[in-house]
Amino acid sequence: MGVSNTIQQLSVFLENREGRLDEVLKVLAGNDVNIVALSLADTSDYGMLRMVVSDPHKGRLALKEAGITAMLTDVVALRVPHATGSLSEAMHQIVEGEVNVEYMYAFANGSDAAAVLKSDDPARVIDILKGSGFSVYSADEAYRANQ
Amino acid sequence: MAGVAIENWKEMIRDPKIECMSRDEMSALQSERLVKQVKNVYEHVEFYRKKMDELGVEPGDIKGIEDINKLPFTTKEDLRDNYPFGLLAVPQDKIARVQGTSGTTGKLTLASYTQKDVDVWGECVARGLVMAGLTSADRIHVCYGYGLFTGGMGLDLGAKALGAMAIPMSSGNTKRQLMCMEDFGATAFGCTPSYALYLAEAAQEAGIVDRLQIKASINGAEPWTDEMRKKIESILHINSFDIYGLCEITGPGVAMDCIHHKGLHVYEDYFYPEILNPADQSACADGETGELVFTTLAKEGMPLIRYRTKDLTSIEHGTCECGRTLPRIQKFTGRTDDMKVIRGVNVFPTQVETALLSMGGGVAPHYMLIVDRENNLDVLTVMVEVDEKYFSDEIRKLDELKSKVGAVLKQALGVSVRVKLVEPKTIQRSEGKAKRVIDNREL
Repeated sequence: MGVSNTIQQLSVFLENREGRLDEVLKVLAGNDVNIVALSLADTSDYGMLRMVVSDPHKGRLALKEAGITAMLTDVVALRVPHATGSLSEAMHQIVEGEVNVEYMYAFANGSDAAAVLKSDDPARVIDILKGSGFSVYSADEAYRANQ
Repeated sequence: MAGVAIENWKEMIRDPKIECMSRDEMSALQSERLVKQVKNVYEHVEFYRKKMDELGVEPGDIKGIEDINKLPFTTKEDLRDNYPFGLLAVPQDKIARVQGTSGTTGKLTLASYTQKDVDVWGECVARGLVMAGLTSADRIHVCYGYGLFTGGMGLDLGAKALGAMAIPMSSGNTKRQLMCMEDFGATAFGCTPSYALYLAEAAQEAGIVDRLQIKASINGAEPWTDEMRKKIESILHINSFDIYGLCEITGPGVAMDCIHHKGLHVYEDYFYPEILNPADQSACADGETGELVFTTLAKEGMPLIRYRTKDLTSIEHGTCECGRTLPRIQKFTGRTDDMKVIRGVNVFPTQVETALLSMGGGVAPHYMLIVDRENNLDVLTVMVEVDEKYFSDEIRKLDELKSKVGAVLKQALGVSVRVKLVEPKTIQRSEGKAKRVIDNREL
């Protein structure tokens, strides 16, 4: 298995009803899928749970079996050194490269932070970042972050 | 500010000869008209000629109103199959106007009127206006929609026949409605009952009830309760009346209730009502609930024989306290199909399915309709399943899908809807007859 540059995010559509988030977390826990990072967006009708997990495929299958809609999304996990302005610089490069960022969230990863980026062209985001001296986490690194 | 207590009410009757006619005289009039009408449709409408031939009934077999059960039925589907002008009994150049309502499959149900039909319609509404205590001196503010929908035009024609002043406001813009109501000194208004209550509460909130000269409201096109009527009456200090009609038959003015509110008086000299057992279409006795079926006894443009309304009600033939002998139908207890009336618009759940399928993907054709009444206005929520293929982790894309579904449904139903996206495979699949509608309005 080669080092993959994009990582797979587990995205779950959550209807606004009682206990739905609890159900999702329970299914993942019950199947030994560890949650590395998560972001929960809410709208008036539904929520969107986005997660970096230890095994996205396994997580998706487990949720599917439990009747919960989940999908895998290609995202980029950018290594952000703990230095003021580093995220700003990375974002500047992406904007210059004319790639649109749909959403982003971050988590601490050892001495650095990871910024998870969803864009319409993840491969290009990786090229831009690598070309300007940034590094991105491989899938293996991201799925086992902080362990 | 001029609601009249029932003990002080002075009943006026526009056409006492007809409205207080004895049963024998009315039967004779109906018989004469039915015989003529059956001959007319047999000669001029291929659809009826074929149907009667199939049943082996000839015009000569219909000797009086008691023979009506020998005649074939007409359904909404028949109107659809003969859309738009297949059921005319006169040459098309005799048609003076058309009116329509939403049909089951996206096509309209269209009704065609000759000038005489239009005049009869106005006359029937005028009888109702007089029943509501109005005269030629009154100013009638019409906030029913004008257009193909019969509400606005119906009240307008009634005001014209009565010689009263019509204020053709059409629907919407409550603030402006109230301003005009006050400025023009309207003495009566017509709209759906839910909008009447909404208007009443808005007037109360604006503190202008005392400045209005309204004494009566004429409300119909959707089901409402006595409690709702009393609420409208008490807020505005008026008398409110229930008007019923359907465009296939004429529009509002088929029946209306009087101050005693003991059912809606049917103008049976023009629209002959039958109440039939839904199981075997046998006639129900007075007081028994069944499907309401109408025959238009004198209509020229698009006469209908035994048109099945699918509304469930019962009828009483006794003389009313108001003095009228016209029979009274009770408020509807339901329908034989799953049609819902939302803000005066007929909505069939199957229309939603057709519309969703027409989108060619994005959502599954499984849905659930939820009807609520919020601030006295009907709100229709449609729950649709996101198609797994179109599911996205981006809220923007899901919102785009939601707006698209909303636009398609509004186009198809003629009423705006709230779309709620739900997870794939969470709506109950149909096993035989799935429940597709939850109506939370307490009607």
